[in-house]
Amino acid sequence: MNSVYVYCELEGTQVAEVSQELLSKGRKLADTLGVKLEAVAAGSGITGKVEAQILPYGVDKLHIFDAPGLFPYTSLPHSSILINLFKQEQPQICLMGATVIGRDLGPRVSSALHSGLTADCTALEIGSHEDKRAGKVYDQLLYQIRPAFGGNIVATIINPENRPQMATVRSGVMKAEVLDANYPGEVIVEDVAKFVPETDYVVKVIDRQVEKASSNLKGAPIVIAGGYGVGSKENFELLYALAKEIHAEVGASRAAIDAGFCEHNMQIGQTGVTVRPKVYIACGISGAIQHVAGMKESGIIISINTDPNAPINQIADYVINGSVEEVLPKMIKYYKG
Amino acid sequence: MGLKIVVLAKQVPDTRNVGPDAMTAEGTINRAALPAIYNPEDLNALEQALRLKDKFPGTTVTIVTMGPPRAAEVIRESMYRGADGGFLLTDRAFAGADTLATSYALSTAIRHIGDVDLVIGGRQAIDGDTAQVGPQVAEKLGLNQITYVEEILALEDGLLTAKRHIDGGVETVQAPLPLVLTVNSSAAPCRPRNAKLVMKYKRCLAPLEKPAEGLAYAEEYDKKPWLTLGQISCADVNADLAQCGLSGSPTKVKSIENIVFKAKESKVLTGSDEDIKGLMAELLANHTIG
Repeated sequence: MNSVYVYCELEGTQVAEVSQELLSKGRKLADTLGVKLEAVAAGSGITGKVEAQILPYGVDKLHIFDAPGLFPYTSLPHSSILINLFKQEQPQICLMGATVIGRDLGPRVSSALHSGLTADCTALEIGSHEDKRAGKVYDQLLYQIRPAFGGNIVATIINPENRPQMATVRSGVMKAEVLDANYPGEVIVEDVAKFVPETDYVVKVIDRQVEKASSNLKGAPIVIAGGYGVGSKENFELLYALAKEIHAEVGASRAAIDAGFCEHNMQIGQTGVTVRPKVYIACGISGAIQHVAGMKESGIIISINTDPNAPINQIADYVINGSVEEVLPKMIKYYKG
Repeated sequence: MGLKIVVLAKQVPDTRNVGPDAMTAEGTINRAALPAIYNPEDLNALEQALRLKDKFPGTTVTIVTMGPPRAAEVIRESMYRGADGGFLLTDRAFAGADTLATSYALSTAIRHIGDVDLVIGGRQAIDGDTAQVGPQVAEKLGLNQITYVEEILALEDGLLTAKRHIDGGVETVQAPLPLVLTVNSSAAPCRPRNAKLVMKYKRCLAPLEKPAEGLAYAEEYDKKPWLTLGQISCADVNADLAQCGLSGSPTKVKSIENIVFKAKESKVLTGSDEDIKGLMAELLANHTIG
């Protein structure tokens, strides 16, 4: 049966978190379909270094492409790898990160294979589809669910006829879970020259500067996020004070960032970071759809808002009708006991 | 030596300013409530093209846009800023296209223009946010691509150097022409309209925009050929109908839902000492925090 594939993105020999998240999702999809999960890793000097970061997520077969020109990523060689591998292996599903690389590579591969690609999916499910007009029923399609139209609607996209069914997913949307540290996956070191013509190595990367992410929002078990309702940059200090006590990270809604209360890299939402903490404390956040898209998977949601009708209250487990200035100091006080 | 540049531009509904009336009671999009605008990142792309035109005399900047007749507005807007002209790609057969079918249609128009050195577009359009059309057009044309471009740093001996955004950083890359570039919103904003160009081009119309009963200034269009914008149908470019519009789209929309929050059972508290004390005690007791 045709496998589920995940393209693993690399920074040097480090596998991107988003790829591991997709491996876990891919494993579940493969289980539902009763097929194998396969992964592709392409880079330079990666053999022996990436296997342990990939196989434990339940990968049955890992295809390694190791050659000097494959890192840093450039469009053509990586496209040729996937296009030629997929022509040979005929996967039914291919997932990749909705990162700069995934959004450069995915469309190119989908165009060459004339397969459908859905960007920035927030959920992936397996289901059937009945095309009443054509009188056809499709079983076990990939439902690619994504917000569209600026986040105002949610669309379920399918690719009834074309394979692979391709989707990109942002970092943090799915959850990475090691299935078995010693999962017995097969490793195949492929002959790169058979997949990539010499003429593909035409883009030169002459300078490259990558900084480690300055914010730890994504993996934080507790997130305290502030919105426009926090009122000022000074009031944000209250969030930091509580964060220090309960070991949380501080994030923000777009409105708070636009108002100059905090830095851009703190943005939570569809166009910022997606978080899924154990506890999410929303301070003065009304809950625009775009913001909610980036935090709705949180375990427990506490909303502190002076507006009892703030939309975010509808998904909150605890609604505190009060101001940030009033409530946060009390939370600190009673946390300390 | 001048360059032949095509800028891909799209007219989009302004999804950034969605008001409460943007969705109808039936859950469909109320397009009338949303103004149609020039896709923001396509304006950044246009600026990069116009800068090359400033630098290399003899360069032409041609806009290609796909849409209904009124989408010709983005061609005029581009000409007010310095573009030389453009083509409106319009045909019922193009309707209902996903990104792949859109890219196919755009690629046929670019081939029709021919011998293009650079195709520049915005990274993504705000009504879909997919960022797929640029790379797909590149693939359809068999061209190399540089996406997420912030600035074209140099162009010498057919080698283009560009600064691009990558996750967590920046990268400077060099590639030979011809190329497809997609430009980010972090690139330089587009120059404003030029009053002289507005005067010169404000009556520009695509053939389909001209009213059936004829125009008051019909003879002006005969004298000034630049007033008639380029217009391309499926037949003009011998497009393969199987790759156009709905039938050329591998992705289908199965269903669409309005986002409605599912109301949870929530505990409502006040900001009183008593309530907050109780909450913190509860959260600590069940190990939610601490």
